[in-house]
Amino acid sequence: MFDALTNKFNSVFRGLSGRGRISEKNVRESMREVRSALLEADVNYKVVKDFCDSVVEKAMGAKVIESLHPGQLMVKIVNDELTNLMGPVDSKIYFVSPGPTIVMLAGLQGSGKTTTAAKLARLLLKQGKNPLLVADDLQRPAAIEQLKTLGQQLEIPVYFEESKDAVKVARNSVNFARKNGRDVVILDTAGRLHIDTELMGELGKICTAITPHQIFLVCDSMTGQDAVNSAKEFNEQLELDGVILTKLDGDARGGAALSVKAVTGKPIKFVGMGEKLDQLEEFYPDRMASRILGMGDVVTLVEKAQEQFSEEEAQKMQQKMAKGQFTFDDFLKQMQSLKNMGGIKDMLKMIPGIGSQMGAMDVDDKEITRLEAIVHSMTKAERRDPDIIDASRRRRIARGCGMEPSDVSGLVKTFNQSRQMMKAMSGMGAMGRMKALKSMGNMDMFSGRMPGLKIKQRSKRKRVDRRKKGKKNRR
Amino acid sequence: MAFFSKTLDKLKNGLAKSRKKISDSLTTVLTLGRKIDEELLEELEEKLISDDIGVETTLQIIEDLRAAWKERKISSAEDVVPFLKQELIEYWPQCDRELNFAESGPTVVMVTGVNGSGKTTSIAKLAYLLSSQGKEVVLAACDTFRAAAVEQLSIWSQRTGVQIVKHQQNSDPAAVAFDACEAALARKADVLLVDTAGRLHTQKNLMMELSKIRNVITRKIPDAPHEVLQVLDATTGQNAINQAKMFSEAVDVTGIMLAKLDGTAKGGIVVAIRNQINIPVKFVGLGEKPEDIEPFDPETFVEALFS
Repeated sequence: MFDALTNKFNSVFRGLSGRGRISEKNVRESMREVRSALLEADVNYKVVKDFCDSVVEKAMGAKVIESLHPGQLMVKIVNDELTNLMGPVDSKIYFVSPGPTIVMLAGLQGSGKTTTAAKLARLLLKQGKNPLLVADDLQRPAAIEQLKTLGQQLEIPVYFEESKDAVKVARNSVNFARKNGRDVVILDTAGRLHIDTELMGELGKICTAITPHQIFLVCDSMTGQDAVNSAKEFNEQLELDGVILTKLDGDARGGAALSVKAVTGKPIKFVGMGEKLDQLEEFYPDRMASRILGMGDVVTLVEKAQEQFSEEEAQKMQQKMAKGQFTFDDFLKQMQSLKNMGGIKDMLKMIPGIGSQMGAMDVDDKEITRLEAIVHSMTKAERRDPDIIDASRRRRIARGCGMEPSDVSGLVKTFNQSRQMMKAMSGMGAMGRMKALKSMGNMDMFSGRMPGLKIKQRSKRKRVDRRKKGKKNRR
Repeated sequence: MAFFSKTLDKLKNGLAKSRKKISDSLTTVLTLGRKIDEELLEELEEKLISDDIGVETTLQIIEDLRAAWKERKISSAEDVVPFLKQELIEYWPQCDRELNFAESGPTVVMVTGVNGSGKTTSIAKLAYLLSSQGKEVVLAACDTFRAAAVEQLSIWSQRTGVQIVKHQQNSDPAAVAFDACEAALARKADVLLVDTAGRLHTQKNLMMELSKIRNVITRKIPDAPHEVLQVLDATTGQNAINQAKMFSEAVDVTGIMLAKLDGTAKGGIVVAIRNQINIPVKFVGLGEKPEDIEPFDPETFVEALFS
């Protein structure tokens, strides 16, 4: 999983091992890559410093210097340390009896409190609780309206008052919950700056008035170096119980997670993965660790893929692949899902070993559109059985999509190749598949344009061979 | 730019205590009379990184400083800030910081950004600023997705006394933009401010929706939009570069509105954005009230980086 980093460590150590002298200084030097990876991921520079120091210390203890594979050992130490720092996982919400359990959300403006409040309420409803949402954001225009709308969507009651006094609203809402048998109160507060003494004081007053059982800081995963300042201040004022990291469905590396954990010591409870109200998930330190290091995230990739294909559909597709019956219609379907998954570039980034090499590569999503255009220009029969595409059909298809006949034959060729590969791959286990995928990356499959469009027309003779082969396969 | 400084003073006074507590350790880098040496440069590097300027751009700045120091152009800590000011001002010529107005007819300003960056509040501020300059402003409530976003903008339109064009929630934002353009033309408005729904730049379909809104505007009013502002939360880290790239690809961003600069974050990422993608900052947001908006001033910005 950590190939790229291993390689970097290895190259540092390889240069040295010949001379037979690896010192603490060399180990430190090898950490430079890690340092800039972490800084680029927005981990606070002080946290980075401490982290690197502790890794070097561990590395000395683990005798990386004497190890046969110093690179691999270093990566393991870095990854373990990172995972440890962000763990342990604790995504429980602790309930009190008798209720109601009061959960308060706080954070900066625009971090996503209101949406998170609704998501949390939905999660609790699923767990069989009777949550009450409280619109205690009296600052932002229409904040109450927003929570009311979300509450309606979820069919969860929302408590609100026309008032300027957030403390009073909080107090009344708890009484309302008691009277109406709601066992969890979720308090949405106004976004505020951590240095705004007046508004921070108001949060303090709310706490004294209703003593929330759980206080969560809602933190935008795109936050930069300043994450430590705000998290520290909120933690000092409120004694947080946990953190909820939002907007993690973007491409931010999310170093703020590490920063916030390091300064508050409070667990990251949940992560927000989208604007839909069911997109609140548990936090996985190991996934976050590889994301921060820019090492790709296969698990998320697989999950994203699962979102796009239903189980049944996936199985059907797999069978088709195994039998070599994959058609251009399936190809179109897959291209569509690829697009929905956030474009081919983002997908490739999540594959370990490829992500780190992406810098030099330029995969254009528009290329997919071109490929789709070619397929759209084919007749149904041609899509089902690409082998019937001869020179005349090719010319027609090319005219239909505004491209050259060579583009068409290029696509058909690539298509046939990948059909072969799928067939071969479906015989392998997961590991084999992974390897094949990677060797595909090495084979320059993804460099520049899509490969098919570059390849020149094949000779007639070969085509005849292929056609025979294709027929055999279908039998 | 005196107004900006005044606001900064106001902010400094109001929030002095807590701000001091947080940044105390940092101000010591550039103490009076300290000679420039490698150690100072290293500390400066950390300081710049802690301002979210990013590793790459920080290293470039440090290289420039080192070169100037080697050439004996600068020698002590006091020279650092003026030197960087000079560099940044060269980066940000005056013309880059002004709104580009249409020669005739309504000037259309499209406002975009990721979720929670502060688009709607920023629009309220722009509406306040422009109408206080005597311009007739119309708002277009094209955030039809987020719950109560239309209500939020409506409240701002009442408070700032400008007109608004809106549809129901979940209606087509491009249709709202179309109607708003017609309204702006019919009412002979000077400025049309188009609010859009927050979206992560990685959402292909939503970015395409944004391009569509832009196209609809251009079809209705040629040359429009005259400005496409991306609202950027000053607390955002390195991801802002990706954001700026993707939004530029989709709608050709012409400037950044740096919101929430009244916190402890310095918004240093805009230096990296200017450096790498060449998008200037036009305005800064300094609070939640409509009047808390200022034109961007590079000198004050550099000073704030080291305050």
